[in-house]
Amino acid sequence: MFAQRLASSSMFRTLPAFLMMAIVLPLLAGCGYNTIPTAEENARAAWSEVLNQYQRRADLIPNLVETVKGYASHEKDTLDAVVEARAKATQITVTPETLKDPEALKKFQDAQAGLTSALSRLIAVSEAYPDLKANQNFLALQAQLEGTENRIAVSRRDYIQAVRDYNLTLRTFPSVLWATFWFRGNEPFANFTVEEDKMQPPKVDFGTKQGG
Amino acid sequence: MRTRSISLLRPGRFAWPVLMATAVLLSCFMAYAADLPALTGRVVDNAGIIDMATKAVLTQKLADFETKGSDQIVVATIPSLDGEEIEPYANRLFRFWKLGQAGENNGVLLLVAKNDRKMRIEVGYGLEGTLTDLHTKLIIENDMVPAFRAGDFSGGIAKAVDDMVMVLEGNPEELEARGKRNPADNSTSIDPIVAVFLILWAIIFFGGMAMAFLPPMFGTKLSPGVYKWLGMTFRYGRGPSGSSGSSGWTTGSSSGSGWSSGSSSGWSSGSSSGGGFSGGGGSSGGGGSSGSW
Repeated sequence: MFAQRLASSSMFRTLPAFLMMAIVLPLLAGCGYNTIPTAEENARAAWSEVLNQYQRRADLIPNLVETVKGYASHEKDTLDAVVEARAKATQITVTPETLKDPEALKKFQDAQAGLTSALSRLIAVSEAYPDLKANQNFLALQAQLEGTENRIAVSRRDYIQAVRDYNLTLRTFPSVLWATFWFRGNEPFANFTVEEDKMQPPKVDFGTKQGG
Repeated sequence: MRTRSISLLRPGRFAWPVLMATAVLLSCFMAYAADLPALTGRVVDNAGIIDMATKAVLTQKLADFETKGSDQIVVATIPSLDGEEIEPYANRLFRFWKLGQAGENNGVLLLVAKNDRKMRIEVGYGLEGTLTDLHTKLIIENDMVPAFRAGDFSGGIAKAVDDMVMVLEGNPEELEARGKRNPADNSTSIDPIVAVFLILWAIIFFGGMAMAFLPPMFGTKLSPGVYKWLGMTFRYGRGPSGSSGSSGWTTGSSSGSGWSSGSSSGWSSGSSSGGGFSGGGGSSGGGGSSGSW
Protein backbone atom coordinates (compact mmCIF):
# COMPACT_ATOMS: atom_id res chain seq x y z
CA MET A 1 0.00 0.00 0.00
CA PHE A 2 2.69 2.37 1.12
CA ALA A 3 4.72 1.32 -1.88
CA GLN A 4 1.94 1.94 -4.31
CA ARG A 5 1.25 5.39 -2.98
CA LEU A 6 4.94 6.09 -3.21
CA ALA A 7 5.09 4.84 -6.78
CA SER A 8 2.30 7.09 -7.91
CA SER A 9 3.70 10.24 -6.36
CA SER A 10 5.92 12.67 -8.23
CA MET A 11 8.62 12.27 -5.59
CA PHE A 12 9.29 8.82 -6.90
CA ARG A 13 11.97 9.92 -9.38
CA THR A 14 14.07 11.99 -6.97
CA LEU A 15 13.86 9.65 -4.02
CA PRO A 16 16.46 7.18 -5.32
CA ALA A 17 18.93 10.02 -5.67
CA PHE A 18 18.35 11.05 -2.08
CA LEU A 19 18.64 7.49 -0.92
CA MET A 20 21.87 7.02 -2.82
CA MET A 21 23.35 10.12 -1.24
CA ALA A 22 22.22 9.08 2.20
CA ILE A 23 23.91 5.74 1.71
CA VAL A 24 27.02 6.83 -0.17
CA LEU A 25 28.10 9.84 1.88
CA PRO A 26 28.56 7.94 5.17
CA LEU A 27 30.26 5.21 3.19
CA LEU A 28 32.81 7.71 1.87
CA ALA A 29 33.57 8.87 5.39
CA GLY A 30 33.75 5.25 6.48
CA CYS A 31 36.09 4.49 3.60
CA GLY A 32 38.92 6.43 5.09
CA TYR A 33 38.59 10.19 4.95
CA ASN A 34 39.17 10.21 8.69
CA THR A 35 41.96 7.65 8.71
CA ILE A 36 44.88 9.97 8.07
CA PRO A 37 43.93 12.82 10.42
CA THR A 38 43.12 10.30 13.15
CA ALA A 39 46.45 8.52 12.82
CA GLU A 40 48.28 11.85 12.69
CA GLU A 41 46.66 13.10 15.86
CA ASN A 42 47.42 9.80 17.59
CA ALA A 43 51.08 10.12 16.65
CA ARG A 44 51.19 13.73 17.89
CA ALA A 45 49.56 12.73 21.15
CA ALA A 46 52.08 9.91 21.57
CA TRP A 47 54.88 12.41 20.95
CA SER A 48 53.48 14.75 23.59
CA GLU A 49 53.58 11.87 26.02
CA VAL A 50 57.24 11.20 25.18
CA LEU A 51 58.08 14.86 25.80
CA ASN A 52 56.04 14.81 28.98
CA GLN A 53 57.98 11.89 30.40
CA TYR A 54 61.38 13.33 29.42
CA GLN A 55 60.32 16.58 31.09
CA ARG A 56 59.35 14.64 34.19
CA ARG A 57 62.84 13.17 34.33
CA ALA A 58 64.42 16.59 33.86
CA ASP A 59 62.33 17.93 36.74
CA LEU A 60 63.60 15.23 39.07
CA ILE A 61 67.26 16.01 38.46
CA PRO A 62 67.82 19.25 40.45
CA ASN A 63 66.51 17.54 43.58
CA LEU A 64 68.61 14.48 42.94
CA VAL A 65 71.76 16.53 42.37
CA GLU A 66 71.19 18.48 45.59
CA THR A 67 70.69 15.31 47.58
CA VAL A 68 73.80 13.64 46.22
CA LYS A 69 75.82 16.83 46.74
CA GLY A 70 75.04 16.68 50.46
CA TYR A 71 76.77 13.32 50.82
CA ALA A 72 79.22 13.10 47.96
CA SER A 73 80.32 16.66 47.33
CA HIS A 74 83.66 15.64 45.88
CA GLU A 75 82.06 13.78 42.96
CA LYS A 76 81.99 17.20 41.36
CA ASP A 77 82.75 16.01 37.84
CA THR A 78 79.88 13.57 37.76
CA LEU A 79 77.46 16.08 39.23
CA ASP A 80 78.53 18.77 36.80
CA ALA A 81 78.16 16.36 33.90
CA VAL A 82 74.56 15.66 34.90
CA VAL A 83 73.71 19.34 35.26
CA GLU A 84 75.32 20.09 31.92
CA ALA A 85 73.59 17.22 30.14
CA ARG A 86 70.26 18.28 31.61
CA ALA A 87 70.74 21.85 30.40
CA LYS A 88 71.59 20.55 26.95
CA ALA A 89 68.64 18.20 26.84
CA THR A 90 66.11 20.77 27.96
CA GLN A 91 67.32 23.27 25.38
CA ILE A 92 66.28 21.05 22.51
CA THR A 93 62.59 20.61 22.09
CA VAL A 94 60.93 18.97 19.16
CA THR A 95 57.45 20.33 18.71
CA PRO A 96 54.87 18.27 16.84
CA GLU A 97 55.34 20.63 13.89
CA THR A 98 59.00 19.69 13.40
CA LEU A 99 58.38 15.97 13.81
CA LYS A 100 58.74 15.55 10.07
CA ASP A 101 62.43 16.38 10.34
CA PRO A 102 64.53 13.29 11.15
CA GLU A 103 67.55 15.52 11.92
CA ALA A 104 65.71 17.37 14.67
CA LEU A 105 64.53 14.13 16.18
CA LYS A 106 68.05 12.72 16.05
CA LYS A 107 69.41 15.77 17.90
CA PHE A 108 66.73 15.44 20.53
CA GLN A 109 67.43 11.77 20.94
CA ASP A 110 71.18 12.30 21.26
CA ALA A 111 70.75 14.97 23.90
CA GLN A 112 68.43 12.77 25.94
CA ALA A 113 70.78 9.81 25.57
CA GLY A 114 73.59 12.01 26.92
CA LEU A 115 71.50 12.80 29.97
CA THR A 116 70.65 9.13 30.43
CA SER A 117 74.29 8.09 30.55
CA ALA A 118 75.27 10.99 32.83
CA LEU A 119 72.51 9.94 35.21
CA SER A 120 73.65 6.34 35.12
CA ARG A 121 77.13 7.42 36.15
CA LEU A 122 75.73 9.51 38.98
CA ILE A 123 73.70 6.61 40.34
CA ALA A 124 76.69 4.33 39.93
CA VAL A 125 79.03 6.52 41.95
CA SER A 126 76.40 7.00 44.63
CA GLU A 127 76.69 3.28 45.33
CA ALA A 128 79.97 4.06 47.09
CA TYR A 129 78.26 6.17 49.76
CA PRO A 130 76.32 4.07 52.28
CA ASP A 131 74.94 7.12 54.07
CA LEU A 132 73.55 8.45 50.81
CA LYS A 133 72.03 5.11 49.93
CA ALA A 134 70.26 5.00 53.29
CA ASN A 135 68.88 8.52 52.86
CA GLN A 136 65.08 8.43 52.55
CA ASN A 137 65.00 11.31 50.13
CA PHE A 138 67.53 9.63 47.88
CA LEU A 139 65.56 6.38 47.96
CA ALA A 140 62.41 8.21 46.97
CA LEU A 141 64.16 10.02 44.14
CA GLN A 142 65.72 6.79 42.96
CA ALA A 143 62.34 5.06 42.85
CA GLN A 144 60.85 7.98 40.95
CA LEU A 145 63.75 8.08 38.53
CA GLU A 146 63.44 4.35 37.88
CA GLY A 147 59.72 4.69 37.29
CA THR A 148 60.27 7.62 34.98
CA GLU A 149 62.86 5.78 32.92
CA ASN A 150 60.33 3.01 32.48
CA ARG A 151 57.58 5.45 31.54
CA ILE A 152 59.94 6.95 28.97
CA ALA A 153 60.48 3.48 27.51
CA VAL A 154 56.72 2.83 27.36
CA SER A 155 55.94 6.20 25.79
CA ARG A 156 58.69 5.69 23.22
CA ARG A 157 57.26 2.30 22.29
CA ASP A 158 53.80 3.86 21.96
CA TYR A 159 55.21 6.64 19.82
CA ILE A 160 57.00 4.18 17.55
CA GLN A 161 53.76 2.27 17.09
CA ALA A 162 51.67 5.40 16.50
CA VAL A 163 54.13 6.76 13.93
CA ARG A 164 54.26 3.40 12.20
CA ASP A 165 50.47 3.42 11.95
CA TYR A 166 50.43 6.99 10.66
CA ASN A 167 53.17 6.43 8.10
CA LEU A 168 51.40 3.30 6.93
CA THR A 169 48.20 5.20 6.24
CA LEU A 170 50.20 7.53 4.00
CA ARG A 171 51.64 4.67 2.02
CA THR A 172 49.14 1.82 1.91
CA PHE A 173 46.27 1.37 -0.42
CA PRO A 174 42.92 2.75 0.51
CA SER A 175 44.22 5.66 2.53
CA VAL A 176 47.03 6.53 0.10
CA LEU A 177 44.30 7.76 -2.25
CA TRP A 178 43.21 10.28 0.35
CA ALA A 179 46.84 11.20 0.91
CA THR A 180 47.42 11.96 -2.78
CA PHE A 181 44.14 13.68 -3.51
CA TRP A 182 43.36 15.48 -0.32
CA PHE A 183 46.06 15.48 2.38
CA ARG A 184 48.94 16.50 0.14
CA GLY A 185 50.70 18.42 2.92
CA ASN A 186 50.97 15.38 5.17
CA GLU A 187 54.44 13.89 5.39
CA PRO A 188 55.62 10.82 7.26
CA PHE A 189 56.91 11.46 10.79
CA ALA A 190 60.42 10.57 11.83
CA ASN A 191 60.63 7.64 14.20
CA PHE A 192 63.00 6.46 16.87
CA THR A 193 65.33 3.89 15.47
CA VAL A 194 64.38 0.39 16.45
CA GLU A 195 67.85 -0.66 17.54
CA GLU A 196 67.97 2.10 20.09
CA ASP A 197 64.64 1.16 21.52
CA LYS A 198 65.55 -2.47 21.76
CA MET A 199 68.52 -1.46 23.85
CA GLN A 200 67.83 -2.17 27.44
CA PRO A 201 66.61 0.93 29.25
CA PRO A 202 69.36 2.06 31.62
CA LYS A 203 68.96 0.47 34.99
CA VAL A 204 69.19 2.82 37.91
CA ASP A 205 69.86 0.25 40.60
CA PHE A 206 73.44 -0.82 40.20
CA GLY A 207 73.46 -3.21 43.08
CA THR A 208 74.89 -6.04 41.03
CA LYS A 209 76.44 -4.60 37.93
CA GLN A 210 78.43 -1.48 37.21
CA GLY A 211 77.62 0.72 34.26
CA GLY A 212 79.06 3.84 32.82
CA MET B 1 7.73 -21.57 -3.38
CA ARG B 2 9.86 -20.36 -6.22
CA THR B 3 11.16 -17.47 -4.16
CA ARG B 4 12.49 -19.82 -1.56
CA SER B 5 14.47 -21.95 -3.95
CA ILE B 6 16.31 -18.99 -5.49
CA SER B 7 16.78 -17.10 -2.26
CA LEU B 8 20.09 -15.26 -2.18
CA LEU B 9 20.73 -15.92 1.46
CA ARG B 10 20.79 -19.66 1.22
CA PRO B 11 22.88 -20.89 4.12
CA GLY B 12 25.03 -23.12 1.93
CA ARG B 13 26.39 -20.17 0.02
CA PHE B 14 27.29 -18.06 2.99
CA ALA B 15 28.40 -20.68 5.46
CA TRP B 16 31.86 -21.06 3.95
CA PRO B 17 32.96 -17.42 3.85
CA VAL B 18 31.58 -16.84 7.34
CA LEU B 19 33.32 -19.91 8.68
CA MET B 20 36.59 -18.98 7.00
CA ALA B 21 36.48 -15.41 8.28
CA THR B 22 35.73 -16.60 11.79
CA ALA B 23 38.54 -19.13 11.65
CA VAL B 24 41.04 -16.53 10.40
CA LEU B 25 39.99 -14.06 13.07
CA LEU B 26 40.22 -16.68 15.79
CA SER B 27 43.62 -17.88 14.65
CA CYS B 28 44.97 -14.29 14.67
CA PHE B 29 43.61 -13.80 18.15
CA MET B 30 45.13 -17.07 19.35
CA ALA B 31 48.50 -16.32 17.80
CA TYR B 32 48.66 -12.99 19.59
CA ALA B 33 47.36 -14.36 22.86
CA ALA B 34 49.61 -17.40 22.83
CA ASP B 35 52.56 -15.95 24.71
CA LEU B 36 50.48 -14.07 27.26
CA PRO B 37 48.53 -15.93 29.94
CA ALA B 38 44.74 -15.74 29.96
CA LEU B 39 42.95 -13.68 32.57
CA THR B 40 41.26 -16.53 34.38
CA GLY B 41 40.50 -14.62 37.57
CA ARG B 42 41.85 -12.05 39.98
CA VAL B 43 44.67 -14.38 40.95
CA VAL B 44 46.32 -16.00 37.94
CA ASP B 45 48.81 -18.42 39.46
CA ASN B 46 50.46 -19.95 36.42
CA ALA B 47 53.71 -20.60 38.31
CA GLY B 48 51.83 -22.50 41.01
CA ILE B 49 53.39 -20.74 43.99
CA ILE B 50 50.27 -19.54 45.82
CA ASP B 51 48.48 -22.04 48.02
CA MET B 52 44.75 -22.63 47.63
CA ALA B 53 43.67 -20.97 50.86
CA THR B 54 45.60 -17.78 50.15
CA LYS B 55 44.30 -17.73 46.61
CA ALA B 56 40.69 -17.92 47.77
CA VAL B 57 41.23 -15.23 50.40
CA LEU B 58 42.98 -12.92 47.92
CA THR B 59 40.31 -13.40 45.28
CA GLN B 60 37.58 -12.53 47.76
CA LYS B 61 39.48 -9.55 49.10
CA LEU B 62 40.19 -8.16 45.64
CA ALA B 63 36.58 -8.67 44.55
CA ASP B 64 35.36 -6.81 47.65
CA PHE B 65 37.83 -4.06 46.99
CA GLU B 66 36.62 -3.65 43.44
CA THR B 67 33.00 -3.29 44.52
CA LYS B 68 34.09 -0.57 46.91
CA GLY B 69 36.11 1.68 44.64
CA SER B 70 36.08 -0.03 41.22
CA ASP B 71 39.87 -0.45 41.34
CA GLN B 72 40.97 -3.72 39.77
CA ILE B 73 43.98 -5.37 41.36
CA VAL B 74 45.19 -8.58 39.76
CA VAL B 75 47.92 -10.91 41.00
CA ALA B 76 49.72 -12.89 38.32
CA THR B 77 52.57 -15.36 38.59
CA ILE B 78 54.38 -16.82 35.61
CA PRO B 79 57.08 -19.48 35.50
CA SER B 80 59.42 -17.57 33.19
CA LEU B 81 59.75 -14.37 31.18
CA ASP B 82 61.51 -16.19 28.32
CA GLY B 83 64.33 -13.68 28.21
CA GLU B 84 62.16 -10.56 28.13
CA GLU B 85 62.63 -7.78 30.66
CA ILE B 86 59.92 -7.74 33.29
CA GLU B 87 58.96 -4.08 32.71
CA PRO B 88 57.85 -4.39 29.05
CA TYR B 89 56.26 -7.76 29.76
CA ALA B 90 54.22 -6.40 32.66
CA ASN B 91 53.11 -3.44 30.58
CA ARG B 92 52.12 -5.70 27.70
CA LEU B 93 50.19 -8.01 30.00
CA PHE B 94 48.49 -5.07 31.72
CA ARG B 95 47.33 -3.65 28.42
CA PHE B 96 46.33 -7.06 27.10
CA TRP B 97 44.14 -7.66 30.13
CA LYS B 98 42.92 -4.05 30.15
CA LEU B 99 42.93 -3.79 33.93
CA GLY B 100 41.02 -0.93 35.52
CA GLN B 101 37.88 0.84 34.38
CA ALA B 102 37.93 2.37 30.92
CA GLY B 103 37.85 6.06 31.82
CA GLU B 104 39.74 5.71 35.09
CA ASN B 105 42.64 3.39 34.23
CA ASN B 106 42.58 2.31 37.87
CA GLY B 107 44.14 -1.12 37.61
CA VAL B 108 47.14 -2.61 39.37
CA LEU B 109 49.05 -5.69 38.27
CA LEU B 110 51.31 -7.55 40.67
CA LEU B 111 53.48 -9.79 38.53
CA VAL B 112 55.93 -12.43 39.81
CA ALA B 113 58.26 -14.25 37.43
CA LYS B 114 59.41 -17.24 39.42
CA ASN B 115 62.43 -18.53 37.53
CA ASP B 116 63.74 -15.04 36.77
CA ARG B 117 63.35 -14.18 40.47
CA LYS B 118 61.79 -10.86 39.57
CA MET B 119 58.61 -9.10 40.52
CA ARG B 120 56.87 -5.93 39.45
CA ILE B 121 53.92 -3.85 40.51
CA GLU B 122 52.53 -2.13 37.43
CA VAL B 123 50.17 0.73 38.20
CA GLY B 124 47.56 2.09 35.79
CA TYR B 125 47.60 5.75 34.75
CA GLY B 126 44.73 6.60 37.06
CA LEU B 127 46.35 5.34 40.27
CA GLU B 128 49.89 6.65 39.71
CA GLY B 129 49.15 9.61 41.97
CA THR B 130 47.88 7.49 44.87
CA LEU B 131 49.98 4.35 44.64
CA THR B 132 53.23 6.08 43.73
CA ASP B 133 56.42 4.54 42.45
CA LEU B 134 57.90 4.92 45.92
CA HIS B 135 54.98 3.09 47.53
CA THR B 136 55.33 0.17 45.18
CA LYS B 137 59.11 0.14 45.66
CA LEU B 138 58.69 0.00 49.44
CA ILE B 139 56.02 -2.70 49.19
CA ILE B 140 58.31 -4.81 47.03
CA GLU B 141 61.41 -4.30 49.16
CA ASN B 142 59.74 -4.60 52.57
CA ASP B 143 56.93 -7.10 52.03
CA MET B 144 57.81 -9.30 49.13
CA VAL B 145 61.60 -9.60 48.97
CA PRO B 146 62.14 -10.86 52.55
CA ALA B 147 59.23 -13.31 52.35
CA PHE B 148 60.28 -14.55 48.91
CA ARG B 149 63.84 -15.10 50.09
CA ALA B 150 62.42 -17.25 52.85
CA GLY B 151 60.42 -19.16 50.25
CA ASP B 152 57.07 -17.86 51.48
CA PHE B 153 55.47 -16.72 48.22
CA SER B 154 51.88 -16.81 49.47
CA GLY B 155 52.70 -14.76 52.56
CA GLY B 156 54.68 -12.15 50.65
CA ILE B 157 52.03 -11.71 48.01
CA ALA B 158 49.21 -11.52 50.57
CA LYS B 159 51.10 -8.90 52.54
CA ALA B 160 51.84 -6.88 49.40
CA VAL B 161 48.16 -6.97 48.41
CA ASP B 162 47.16 -5.87 51.92
CA ASP B 163 49.53 -2.93 51.76
CA MET B 164 48.45 -1.91 48.26
CA VAL B 165 44.82 -1.93 49.38
CA MET B 166 45.83 0.06 52.46
CA VAL B 167 47.58 2.70 50.36
CA LEU B 168 44.67 2.95 47.96
CA GLU B 169 42.25 3.22 50.87
CA GLY B 170 44.46 5.91 52.40
CA ASN B 171 42.78 8.38 50.08
CA PRO B 172 39.18 7.55 50.95
CA GLU B 173 37.48 10.51 49.28
CA GLU B 174 39.01 9.71 45.94
CA LEU B 175 38.28 6.01 46.31
CA GLU B 176 34.65 6.74 47.05
CA ALA B 177 34.38 9.12 44.13
CA ARG B 178 35.81 6.48 41.81
CA GLY B 179 33.36 3.93 43.16
CA LYS B 180 30.46 6.28 42.53
CA ARG B 181 31.58 7.05 39.02
CA ASN B 182 31.80 3.33 38.24
CA PRO B 183 28.92 1.63 40.08
CA ALA B 184 29.67 -2.06 40.47
CA ASP B 185 26.54 -3.38 38.81
CA ASN B 186 26.63 -5.98 36.11
CA SER B 187 25.27 -3.75 33.38
CA THR B 188 28.27 -4.50 31.20
CA SER B 189 27.43 -8.20 31.13
CA ILE B 190 23.87 -7.46 30.01
CA ASP B 191 24.98 -5.17 27.23
CA PRO B 192 25.61 -7.88 24.58
CA ILE B 193 22.14 -9.32 25.12
CA VAL B 194 20.55 -5.91 24.75
CA ALA B 195 22.67 -5.27 21.67
CA VAL B 196 21.68 -8.57 20.06
CA PHE B 197 18.05 -7.86 20.85
CA LEU B 198 18.26 -4.40 19.32
CA ILE B 199 20.00 -5.72 16.22
CA LEU B 200 17.38 -8.43 15.79
CA TRP B 201 14.61 -5.90 16.29
CA ALA B 202 16.19 -3.45 13.84
CA ILE B 203 16.61 -6.16 11.20
CA ILE B 204 12.99 -7.21 11.50
CA PHE B 205 11.70 -3.65 11.57
CA PHE B 206 13.85 -1.99 8.93
CA GLY B 207 14.15 -5.16 6.89
CA GLY B 208 10.39 -5.31 6.67
CA MET B 209 10.21 -1.66 5.77
CA ALA B 210 12.88 -2.02 3.13
CA MET B 211 11.13 -5.04 1.68
CA ALA B 212 7.99 -2.92 1.45
CA PHE B 213 9.36 -0.18 -0.76
CA LEU B 214 12.71 -1.21 -2.23
CA PRO B 215 11.47 -3.85 -4.73
CA PRO B 216 8.96 -1.48 -6.37
CA MET B 217 11.72 1.08 -6.82
CA PHE B 218 14.65 -1.04 -7.92
CA GLY B 219 13.03 -4.28 -9.07
CA THR B 220 11.43 -5.07 -12.38
CA LYS B 221 7.69 -5.03 -12.56
CA LEU B 222 6.22 -8.35 -13.63
CA SER B 223 2.58 -7.48 -13.22
CA PRO B 224 0.58 -5.05 -11.04
CA GLY B 225 1.68 -5.63 -7.46
CA VAL B 226 4.32 -8.22 -8.40
CA TYR B 227 8.00 -7.22 -8.57
CA LYS B 228 11.17 -9.18 -9.16
CA TRP B 229 14.27 -7.89 -7.37
CA LEU B 230 17.60 -9.58 -6.55
CA GLY B 231 16.21 -12.81 -7.88
CA MET B 232 13.28 -12.79 -5.52
CA THR B 233 9.65 -12.23 -6.37
CA PHE B 234 7.61 -9.91 -4.21
CA ARG B 235 3.87 -9.73 -4.22
CA TYR B 236 1.98 -6.83 -2.77
CA GLY B 237 -1.66 -7.61 -2.27
CA ARG B 238 -4.44 -5.67 -0.59
CA GLY B 239 -5.80 -8.54 1.40
CA PRO B 240 -4.06 -11.00 3.68
CA SER B 241 -3.91 -13.67 1.01
CA GLY B 242 -1.77 -16.71 1.78
CA SER B 243 0.79 -16.44 -0.99
CA SER B 244 1.78 -12.81 -0.40
CA GLY B 245 2.22 -13.35 3.31
CA SER B 246 4.42 -16.37 2.85
CA SER B 247 6.73 -14.69 0.35
CA GLY B 248 7.25 -11.75 2.69
CA TRP B 249 8.14 -14.01 5.58
CA THR B 250 10.49 -16.16 3.54
CA THR B 251 12.76 -13.21 2.89
CA GLY B 252 12.47 -12.18 6.52
CA SER B 253 13.54 -15.53 7.88
CA SER B 254 16.37 -15.94 5.42
CA SER B 255 17.89 -12.65 6.57
CA GLY B 256 17.52 -14.06 10.05
CA SER B 257 19.96 -16.81 9.17
CA GLY B 258 22.53 -14.14 8.36
CA TRP B 259 22.02 -12.66 11.78
CA SER B 260 22.44 -15.92 13.65
CA SER B 261 25.94 -16.46 12.32
CA GLY B 262 26.94 -12.95 13.35
CA SER B 263 25.58 -13.28 16.83
CA SER B 264 27.19 -16.64 17.48
CA SER B 265 30.65 -15.26 16.79
CA GLY B 266 29.85 -12.33 19.08
CA TRP B 267 28.91 -14.69 21.87
CA SER B 268 31.94 -16.90 21.53
CA SER B 269 34.33 -13.97 21.69
CA GLY B 270 32.47 -12.53 24.65
CA SER B 271 32.54 -15.74 26.66
CA SER B 272 36.22 -16.41 25.97
CA SER B 273 37.31 -13.39 27.97
CA GLY B 274 37.65 -15.06 31.35
CA GLY B 275 34.87 -16.62 33.38
CA GLY B 276 33.14 -13.96 35.41
CA PHE B 277 36.01 -11.51 35.62
CA SER B 278 37.46 -9.37 32.90
CA GLY B 279 39.38 -6.13 32.62
CA GLY B 280 37.36 -2.95 32.49
CA GLY B 281 39.31 -1.38 29.60
CA GLY B 282 42.02 0.47 31.50
CA SER B 283 45.61 1.03 30.44
CA SER B 284 49.00 1.68 31.97
CA GLY B 285 51.90 3.90 31.03
CA GLY B 286 54.58 2.05 32.92
CA GLY B 287 54.03 3.38 36.44
CA GLY B 288 55.10 1.35 39.45
CA SER B 289 58.39 -0.35 40.15
CA SER B 290 60.20 -3.65 39.94
CA GLY B 291 62.44 -5.67 42.18
CA SER B 292 64.18 -8.99 42.43
CA TRP B 293 64.96 -11.47 45.16
